[in-house]
Amino acid sequence: MPKYLLLKHYRGGPKAHKPYPPMDQWAPEDVEAHMAFLRNVRHTLLESGEYVDGQALTPERTWVRWGGPDAAPVTTDGPHPETSDLVAGWYMVDVDSRERALEIAAYVSSEPGPGGEPLYEWIDVREVMTDVKTD
Amino acid sequence: MTAEPAAGLDEGALRALVPQVLAGLVRRGEDFDAAEDALQEALLEALRAWPEHPPRDPGAWLTGVAGRRLVDARRSESARRRREEAVHADPTATPTADTPAEVDAAEGPGDDTLFVLFCCCHPELSPASQVALTLRAVGGLTTREIADAFYVPEATMAQRISRAKRTLRGKQLDRPGDLAVVLRVLYLIYATGHGGRIDLAAEAIRLSRQLTLATEEAEARGLLALMLLNHARLPARTDSEGRIVPLDQQDRSLWNTREIAEGVRVLQSALARATDAEPPGRYQVEAAIAALHDDAASAEETDWPQILAWYDDLAALSADPVREDPAAVLGRAVAVGHVHGGTAGLQETERLREVLGERHRWYAVRGYLHELDGDLPAAATAYADAAHRATNVAERDHLIRQAARARTA
Repeated sequence: MPKYLLLKHYRGGPKAHKPYPPMDQWAPEDVEAHMAFLRNVRHTLLESGEYVDGQALTPERTWVRWGGPDAAPVTTDGPHPETSDLVAGWYMVDVDSRERALEIAAYVSSEPGPGGEPLYEWIDVREVMTDVKTD
Repeated sequence: MTAEPAAGLDEGALRALVPQVLAGLVRRGEDFDAAEDALQEALLEALRAWPEHPPRDPGAWLTGVAGRRLVDARRSESARRRREEAVHADPTATPTADTPAEVDAAEGPGDDTLFVLFCCCHPELSPASQVALTLRAVGGLTTREIADAFYVPEATMAQRISRAKRTLRGKQLDRPGDLAVVLRVLYLIYATGHGGRIDLAAEAIRLSRQLTLATEEAEARGLLALMLLNHARLPARTDSEGRIVPLDQQDRSLWNTREIAEGVRVLQSALARATDAEPPGRYQVEAAIAALHDDAASAEETDWPQILAWYDDLAALSADPVREDPAAVLGRAVAVGHVHGGTAGLQETERLREVLGERHRWYAVRGYLHELDGDLPAAATAYADAAHRATNVAERDHLIRQAARARTA
């Protein structure tokens, strides 16, 4: 069965279908509903036997490259354009088909936002390459 | 520990024998690395054999089986080692030449635990290796269980453990180690908490309890007391959905009164040893603060002046608390907020801006102090800043909730 990575982004990607404020500015009950929905996503995927992994990333990012022989690694944490991609986290799912992966991603995207309205968040779906030898 | 095991196999009792058996093997001259591997095999064998054939003396059984494994391992080695083989096949063998000399003659379960802890917390090992090796060689956990507890693949943890054991190879393991390192490792195990099948917090408590049997050192008792007094609140710390419940909103009837009673008793026995020349160390002071929280029937009844006094003591243990122990200064700021008001508490946090100003906890405490001060918009902003910097999902979610609540209150 193919594995897919469903990436959520802090920023980047296609133009938002519907802009919304940061979550700390939502009504408390909307925050609760959103978090309950995400708990349920994980629960549902575990139940269906499709859940592999789910992780969240902090928004802090450091770019690093080799500095050359006898030199310290070179790092930079900015400036990044406000439109640059910044991954917030992922689900990895093990599913029957690409269609199923897209279906799950669309469901995640329906997560409730302010006023209980769906967020229509863009989810970045990527297939994981296998390392199993084929005959 | 030599009693007949009950009908069902008591895994806890089995694991409790690990340090004693391992110490015995290392003391008689076996290599730590090889002895530890052999003992792990003996434990697996015990799990298979004991339910039907319980041994009369479990410790001696494990020593015997592990000893035979060591002999087998040596037999399979090259001919150059044949001489040693002859020595080790004889159970009355005298130690080989590279035996750690003059290991403390006083032997008992307590000394064995301490001896193995010093091996596992050898200063040349990294903290992650010290933790992993302690859980395996003292705690008797399998590599798989340790890997699960830290959410890393089993192969990664196996590699970490075997690298650590290789580092110990050929090291003199006879000198007393640094107890402060052992305490730090145990605290690290406790703080890693509980996930998966193994409750590391409970495991750390078990190991600390063993340690207090092995040493009179007051800080070992202080550490055990601190763990017990914090662990007692665990059932109230999250709700059924896994959401964090802050201390002032916890259902105190869920606190474990047995653990609190034990923690207070252990702490008192530690504090009784303190003198003016040797005041209580940091674990005892932190335990005293935890005890005062546990002692309050409601959040309103918390004895904040007394807590502030203990935080003064805690900060006084460092020459430059802001740099050496910023967590103590931050905790003290909360106590200052309760005793002298939110504004005074916020002023205290200013000293930490340079050291902690990018950490979520600094913002979270400032949010709390702004709330004490009645400044909800400032509190909401601070909580949102904290959420942005959180490194734990449950804490991040909690901080977002706090921000949303403060903004709409």
